Amino acid sequence: MTDLTPVLSATWDAEQSWKLGTYEEHGGYGALKKALGMPPADIIQAVKDSGLRGRGGAGFPTGMKWGFLPPDDGKPRYLVVNADESEPGTCKDIPTMLSAPHVLVEGVAITSFAIGCNHAFIYLRGEVVHVYRRLMQAVREAYEAGHLGKDIHGSGYDLDVTVHAGAGAYICGEETALLDSLEGRRGQPRLKPPFPAVEGLYARPTVVNNVESIASVPSIVDKGVDWFTSMGTERSKGMGLFSLSGHVNKPGQYEAPLGISLRELIDMAGGMRGGKELKFWTPGGSSTPLFTAEHLDTPLDYESVGAAGSMLGTRALQIFDETTCVVRAVTRWTEFYKHESCGKCTPCREGTFWLAQILERLEDGHGTDADIQQLLDTCDSILGRSFCALGDGATSCITSSVKLFREEYEAHVQQGGCPFDHSAAALFDYASAETAEEAHA
Amino acid sequence: MTYAADTLAQLEKDAAEILGRYPVRRSALLPLLHLVQSVDGYVSPDGIAFCATQVELTSAEVSAVATFYTQYKRRPNGEYQVGVCTNTLCAIMGGDEIWRRVSEHCGVGHDETTPDGKITLERLECNAACDYAPVMMVNWEFFDNMTPDRALRVVDDILEGRDVVPTRGSAKVAPFKEVSRVLAGFEDGRADEDQGIGEPTVVGLKVAREQGWEASK
Ligand SMILES: Cc1cc2nc3c(=O)[nH]c(=O)nc-3n(C[C@H](O)[C@H](O)[C@H](O)COP(=O)(O)O)c2cc1C
Ligand code: SF4
Ligand code: FES
Repeated sequence: MTDLTPVLSATWDAEQSWKLGTYEEHGGYGALKKALGMPPADIIQAVKDSGLRGRGGAGFPTGMKWGFLPPDDGKPRYLVVNADESEPGTCKDIPTMLSAPHVLVEGVAITSFAIGCNHAFIYLRGEVVHVYRRLMQAVREAYEAGHLGKDIHGSGYDLDVTVHAGAGAYICGEETALLDSLEGRRGQPRLKPPFPAVEGLYARPTVVNNVESIASVPSIVDKGVDWFTSMGTERSKGMGLFSLSGHVNKPGQYEAPLGISLRELIDMAGGMRGGKELKFWTPGGSSTPLFTAEHLDTPLDYESVGAAGSMLGTRALQIFDETTCVVRAVTRWTEFYKHESCGKCTPCREGTFWLAQILERLEDGHGTDADIQQLLDTCDSILGRSFCALGDGATSCITSSVKLFREEYEAHVQQGGCPFDHSAAALFDYASAETAEEAHA
Repeated sequence: MTYAADTLAQLEKDAAEILGRYPVRRSALLPLLHLVQSVDGYVSPDGIAFCATQVELTSAEVSAVATFYTQYKRRPNGEYQVGVCTNTLCAIMGGDEIWRRVSEHCGVGHDETTPDGKITLERLECNAACDYAPVMMVNWEFFDNMTPDRALRVVDDILEGRDVVPTRGSAKVAPFKEVSRVLAGFEDGRADEDQGIGEPTVVGLKVAREQGWEASK
């Protein structure tokens, strides 16, 4: 049995956990004071040695990313925190910022000091106003306490932090689209290279990191590399928030060492709703290929999940039991990608449009067997041919579900409709005849 | 622009503060668009012209940006933006049925506003609250673990002019314009308001405490 390891979440149940005073009572900003006494290169080295990998989805080593910045030329360089959290299923950064915004602010200060940045930005999705209130207050409190601003704690180091609210667009979570959006443009991805480390915000060297990545930095500085590497697996070090949602008895945030299994997590979450069978789940959000009960014991680390054919992504574990129609689920995700495709490149813009059309007719019972093959062919012309990872991600649930549940697609064709009673999957009772006609977005 | 002199003066004062947060003018555009929504209740032609002047772009360039983002409204918005999450996880857990009931009850569909101007309805994409599914958002505050009955009660409260209280967040939902002002980056003094921590947020922490588990020191 793997033990949970609350670090980021350790103070969430404290009285007014979001206040500076509460955070300081629990040792908050001690790591910043320590960091300010260290050579910046040593902080970067510690983060490299910790093995911390990006918690925003791709799992790129955080310290290595910082190390890619070109040598200081005396002109500005930036830290931009990706707080856009919009990948379906992902719901870890929002509770972090709502309950403990200071752990992020402290991480921002330490990281900025390490990389030589004097102006950092937190790009928060706009659809969470109370989170924005808490973040703005936390930044203001940190200025007032001298953790931000001029000559922080007498170190001679200056840092300004701007908390910026987006305005609703999933693609703005992609780091280069995020930078365009932060520059006041339509949020569309940029061609890479140049990578943000070389030419990012305002064409200056920029580090873009996820909220949870940056929030993990204070604990590494405070408790040390050995402490961090004592958690996790060989190449997936440390702790992470695992977000369980769907058909489990106690959905929510479970902070655990990387490498814990879904079986262990479901057990802690009080089992499956009504003792039903697990049917399929996403290990890392809607852009990661589906898993089934066969993967209950797969260690949830980057390597093991990858070897099993999916991705650890954001550890967004969306769990669906046997009452769920996989075609319905995949159709809805596909409608999401169609809606969120930024339109910049043809394979994704046109491809997601056609995928949604085909899936909608399959789910409604008007599809043919040829449609199933058409789905796979369309995915083929998107995967690897899209300008950014949104297009690739859109194909994951389709190709994996056809592989795992082809007979269920065929059943929709044969029966001329969805074989499932949708009300059986809901958390409340209703007469499902009434919902026969589901509006497609 | 047809803003009254005092409105314009306040807008200019606020815009100066927003511009001061960024090293490059154009970065102020998103918060400025939230700001004009806080005055006009949508991104009005006047608002676009105002933003264009502030960031030194043409109105066409500002429009091109505004239309990219779903939170910027092209028509006068309802006083309350009511969104029902119908992304996969919420939809399956009951969000589709909630949407159907709410839409039927209000008599309007996606991106439409009730005739009294109270509610603009929206089918939402995932709002990062899946552990509280099915989820509804009112003016971007969380209404967690919804059922059709609970959702309809919230809608009726709005339609009948009563305050509505989120399940996580502030003490009551502020009207669309007020919330837009917060999104423009102006604190409204309500950050400490709280409805208590939600169970899914601390469920793992509770298990750890019961078991005596902690990350080693
Ligand atoms: C379509 C798309 C959406 C993304 N959304 C997010 C997001 O909401 N938050 C995030 O941190 N990363 C997101 N990413 C990943 C970012 O591009 C980037 O890899 C990440 O912010 C880097 O931070 P990390 O190394 O700390 O993980 C997204 C990527 C894509 C392709
Ligand atoms: S893959 Fe999709 S989201 Fe990415 S650039 Fe192309 S159209 Fe835009
Ligand atoms: S799917 Fe509804 S909040 Fe994530």
